[in-house]
Amino acid sequence: MIALLHHQFIQYAFLAGTIIAIMCAIVGYFVVLRSQAFAAESLSCVGFTGATGAAVIGISSLAGTFLFTLFVAVVMGLLGKKMKGRDIEIGLVLAFALGLGVLFLKLYTRNAAEAVGILFGSILSVTTYDVYVSAITGIAVLITLGILFRPLLFASFDADVAEARGVPVTFLGVAFMILLGITIAEAILVVGVLLVFALIVAPAAISQHLTNRPTTSIVLSVILGLLFTWGGMLLGLAFHVPVSFFIAAFASVTYLVTVSVLHYIKPHIYHSFEHPGKEL
Amino acid sequence: MWALLHYSFIQNALLSSAFVAIVAAFAGYFLLIRRLTFAGHAISHIGFAGAAGAVWLGFDPVFGLLLFTILGGIGIGIWGNVLRERDVTIGIFLTLALSLGILFLFLYQGYAEQAYSILFGTILGINTQDVFITALLSIIVCGLLLVLFRPLLFASFDADVAEARGVPVRFLSIMLLLIIAVTVSLSVQVVGVLLIFTLLVGPVAGAMRLTQNPVVTILIAMVLGIFYSWTGILFAALTNLPVSFFIATLSFGVYLLIRMRELLI
Repeated sequence: MIALLHHQFIQYAFLAGTIIAIMCAIVGYFVVLRSQAFAAESLSCVGFTGATGAAVIGISSLAGTFLFTLFVAVVMGLLGKKMKGRDIEIGLVLAFALGLGVLFLKLYTRNAAEAVGILFGSILSVTTYDVYVSAITGIAVLITLGILFRPLLFASFDADVAEARGVPVTFLGVAFMILLGITIAEAILVVGVLLVFALIVAPAAISQHLTNRPTTSIVLSVILGLLFTWGGMLLGLAFHVPVSFFIAAFASVTYLVTVSVLHYIKPHIYHSFEHPGKEL
Repeated sequence: MWALLHYSFIQNALLSSAFVAIVAAFAGYFLLIRRLTFAGHAISHIGFAGAAGAVWLGFDPVFGLLLFTILGGIGIGIWGNVLRERDVTIGIFLTLALSLGILFLFLYQGYAEQAYSILFGTILGINTQDVFITALLSIIVCGLLLVLFRPLLFASFDADVAEARGVPVRFLSIMLLLIIAVTVSLSVQVVGVLLIFTLLVGPVAGAMRLTQNPVVTILIAMVLGIFYSWTGILFAALTNLPVSFFIATLSFGVYLLIRMRELLI
């Protein structure tokens, strides 16, 4: 087990997993605060088309995912509130995007394992190139988020008041969607298209149930994200089971246990607390 | 082209996809008018874990699908009102279901192919036994929907008045979720877990834009559904590309055309 950690590919995987987990937990804080869980899921679906389409035109799948999630993130950011209540249209667009992904997959490979890798992640097969890209984009996203932190927090808590005070709410919305697009493209590397919820939404949702203070909540969210990712990778290596299964199982079970326990020990406080996802 | 129709696997595919398209349009109509599209999405993801579990234990995936989708349907029927607006909680449940599915498939040899076919459909690989199961369940579901049609329509358009008139509204909504669960299980064979919207929602959403009449809407949706799946199967057989790609494209493309026609008029 410990000997495994000396392998270079495992070290790369841990490095990439750590950077991505931190990035997801911090961006995820705002996703939950802004009730954009559905947007996160949509972006990751589109990421499947990007990842498979990349192989068709011969670029790396991470680059393809970036292009697609970024494009759709900008469109979604611009559409903004117009997207609310249109779940039929969004559902059909996503189904079409997945259908295109299936086509691309068929065009360039006869290998179903490739598809499963994109859908459920393949962090253990991460390349040096991917590690560099995730390190650079991760740092860029975190710096941008640091600069936008205060106005974004203000706009996320109360968009109307922020707008009245002269905060550029629409610009911040689009900028945040771009950051989310980049983060999701990275998260797909670790947990795959179908399980991005585990890294982006779960840690942040758990920590927002436990505390209302933004900084404490973000720190807690990062700690949880790292625990899930490291735990998942170690157990995945030890039992030769997909890493994303453990990450997703840890994340979802922790969330469900936290919410049930809170419900039980302080029902009155719990009820007065607004559910993070209630707006959608 | 016509020579294709002599192959028994094509005949099986065309036959069972027609049954599925009819049931999906019928149940999909109620799914849409009751704004339960999220339930269809959730039930199909829960079904993935069931299908994967069945593959692992060596059963026909249809049985695993049916068991899990029905349990999921009942669960949503009971807790649906509480959960409906909480997309985080729903998302977490779906993540758990998907991750269990991937674990089950991994424990089974050759997991990638199985995962691929459950997620994206295996209509061209359907065997005669599955055709029988599909036909039988489709007839049962259609029969149930015909019997419940009037009260269900009443309860869907105006639940309060229907309740006051003595229609068993709560019973009907649980029955409908059971019907949707079975329909999802059947549709998964054609388009897979991830593309369930293309048969369950696409045809009805298009048809509803053309007419207000419930019966006409359902009939148009059935015709559209059969058209999408038959065209998809034939194109797939001719070009050797995935069936679900063609069905998804048609489902989305026709809906887009109908919406564009609205803009022009």
